[in-house]
Amino acid sequence: MALPASYEGVVLAAPFSTTYQRYSIDTAHFWIAKALKGSLDAAGIRKDELDGFSVSSFTLFPDTAVGLTQHLGLSPAWLDHIPMGGASAGVAVRRAARAVQAGDANIIACVAGDTNHIDSFRQLLSSFSRFAMDASYPYGYGGPNANFALLTDRYMTEYGAIREDFGKICVSQRDNALKNPNAVMKKPLTLDQYLNARPIADPIALFDCVMPCAGSECFFVMREEEAERRGIPYARLSAAIERHNAHREDPIQLRGGWTVDIERLWEMARCSPQDIDVLQTYDDYPVIVMMQFEDLGFCEKGTAPEFVRNHDLTITGDFPHNTSGGQLSAGQAGAAGGFIGLVEALRQVTGQAGGTQVKAARKALVSGFGMINYDRGLCSSAVILESGVQA
Amino acid sequence: MTEALFPPPKKNPQKRSIKPTRPPEVRSRASLGLTAAAAEGRFALQQCTHCSAWQYPPRDACVNCLSTDLEWNEIAAEGTLIAETTVQTSPRLYYRERMPWRMGTVQLDAGPVILAHLHEDVAEKSRVRMIARLDRAGQGVLVAMPVEDTPLMEDASLMRELTADPKHRRILITDARASNAPAIAKSLFDAGAATVFAGEAEAWRPYPARSELENLGVDIMPLDVTDTLSVQTLAGEIGGKTDILVNNAQFVRPGGAMSRNDTGFARDEIEVNYLGMMRLAQAFGPAMNSRTSDGINSAAAWVNILYVGALANTAGFGAFAASQAAAYSLSQCLRAEFRDSGLRVMNLFTGPTEDDWFQLLPPPKVLPQAIARELVKGLQAGLEDVWCGDIAKDVRERFRRDPKVLERELTFGSEGP
Repeated sequence: MALPASYEGVVLAAPFSTTYQRYSIDTAHFWIAKALKGSLDAAGIRKDELDGFSVSSFTLFPDTAVGLTQHLGLSPAWLDHIPMGGASAGVAVRRAARAVQAGDANIIACVAGDTNHIDSFRQLLSSFSRFAMDASYPYGYGGPNANFALLTDRYMTEYGAIREDFGKICVSQRDNALKNPNAVMKKPLTLDQYLNARPIADPIALFDCVMPCAGSECFFVMREEEAERRGIPYARLSAAIERHNAHREDPIQLRGGWTVDIERLWEMARCSPQDIDVLQTYDDYPVIVMMQFEDLGFCEKGTAPEFVRNHDLTITGDFPHNTSGGQLSAGQAGAAGGFIGLVEALRQVTGQAGGTQVKAARKALVSGFGMINYDRGLCSSAVILESGVQA
Repeated sequence: MTEALFPPPKKNPQKRSIKPTRPPEVRSRASLGLTAAAAEGRFALQQCTHCSAWQYPPRDACVNCLSTDLEWNEIAAEGTLIAETTVQTSPRLYYRERMPWRMGTVQLDAGPVILAHLHEDVAEKSRVRMIARLDRAGQGVLVAMPVEDTPLMEDASLMRELTADPKHRRILITDARASNAPAIAKSLFDAGAATVFAGEAEAWRPYPARSELENLGVDIMPLDVTDTLSVQTLAGEIGGKTDILVNNAQFVRPGGAMSRNDTGFARDEIEVNYLGMMRLAQAFGPAMNSRTSDGINSAAAWVNILYVGALANTAGFGAFAASQAAAYSLSQCLRAEFRDSGLRVMNLFTGPTEDDWFQLLPPPKVLPQAIARELVKGLQAGLEDVWCGDIAKDVRERFRRDPKVLERELTFGSEGP
């Protein structure tokens, strides 16, 4: 397949993350407004100057992006609602980039946010997907914990991963989160604590699971001239891929849709895994992090456990990964969980990451993964960003 | 290996009875095909009529060729357990009260990948045999079982949730005088029933099977299903410890509308077969509804023995068949009313039985032992519909193929000039 047209001239700017909260009495509308305002203020852009708006959220019901325009007083010429959970950021970027390139919109705000009430998670589960309702929830109602427990069990059997390997990912991310003031998790985590934690769905225990919380994330997509004219830091979009329902012949998920498109991603970005300074993977459970290390080309299939053992995944390590703490330690704010990696990567390559800043980070890879419809995650995405103008 | 289930200790009357909770009930319409098959104990999945591809989870269009012609067919049940988990925490109360819960991913030899309940005797990453059962929400679920039966496998807590096994349960047979009562009582005891009660109307009238029942150890209690006070009195006495109710009370006479001169027999048929069931439901139903999570001897099932003419009128016994249609319809109403508690309503349909009132019908006829055997098997498998004997199975097939054709077949006139 030929490479798609280049994203030349498209940039991302104005990354903003709210401080996550374990439970919130506020709504998704509240959280989305907070992140949008954060990005507008950071970039010095007036609300009326936005002409594109892209939203990802699970808890907006009964509203959609449409209702939000009136709620927030926006009048965009381009509007999108992306229901792809953990893959939403990559998908939002791809669509917004093309709209900006084509001139359908000048400045697009991509925002993701959700609230988390005491009973939100249970309610979200109960209406998540038809296949889940018909064929997975009736079997113990373990939700995504059970799904990922099955994948983890198979992955361990197939490739010899042990709990300590998953534990290293979680413990490293907790180290990173301690440098991120927005993270929900504030206390250090040791490998012993990880190994002895309360079992959730064997072999998954408490610290393999994300903490559902409330929060939101936002960034803007625009043309490079626009960012230059306004004097705001930006990153260039080098490449982006997405894929849905790949490898449907696999009886159980040991690889994601990235493997289908990965060569195009690297070719389009004209670089290779060795060139990446900071990696943000989708991390609702550590097993899927390992699959991304493999499927994105950082190591061979089945060797991620060894890769993890041989690398330091913290901010100052030789392989900085999920520098904000990721969802495992910063929290999973619903659909914002799909944005946390991209917004952090954008901060990294524009030199705005503060306490979590990786030295001389110029190229970042962000991958997304989402939507356990029945037995596996269906959506995958990946984006490569490169420093444009740093703060 | 499954550990033997022992009779529970006497219930502590000071302890609050656990209120019934249920697994999720909501399903897509397509998915109810799985439930319909499980109601008869069949393991069936959707198959495309055009390209033969198997489908799972249930769909509205073929995943392979997009045809919308999918039918439910029985599929080879063998497969391999490729991953498993023991769920330790769930936001759903039903499962929360029953943790830990073992489930896994099974790849069928025929292709589809199924998330399923795992029987405790299934070994890790082993070969399995799939069965379909109804869960406490009355929905079809798939269960991975060991390929070879293991001792006491029916005692596993999972199987107790999915079936209405008579073992250690207390069972009321509503009509001690019915010719099938001794056979049913014997089969229930053989299956491990703790207690069998049998209701006896008009105790002053002798009947030969009484001593047989007594010898089996049946507790004979006064019960006349046509008498509201009698039904209420017995329910007051044993309603709180009736785990399974087998309604075998039946009034049957030959004849239709014009072949009888009055409505006398029809009134009796309705009194016993229809209103009798309603009286029993009103008296016993609420207590049974409240006791479906009451441990090893929780309330589990309500059984009706129905004549297959309930589906389409069999003119020679036309008025009786009409009462059976009414009873069948009421049993469906009971299903809805028992749904929230998870109490199962099992209908056992028979063709003509081997007794006096069906004397002039040609064989095959259903023997009491056959009814007893199928009834116990049905409870052990947690079925909703049991078709006992060749005629019942034949009528079911014809009804399923085309109810109008069956009606025409059953209402032929005599050969004219």
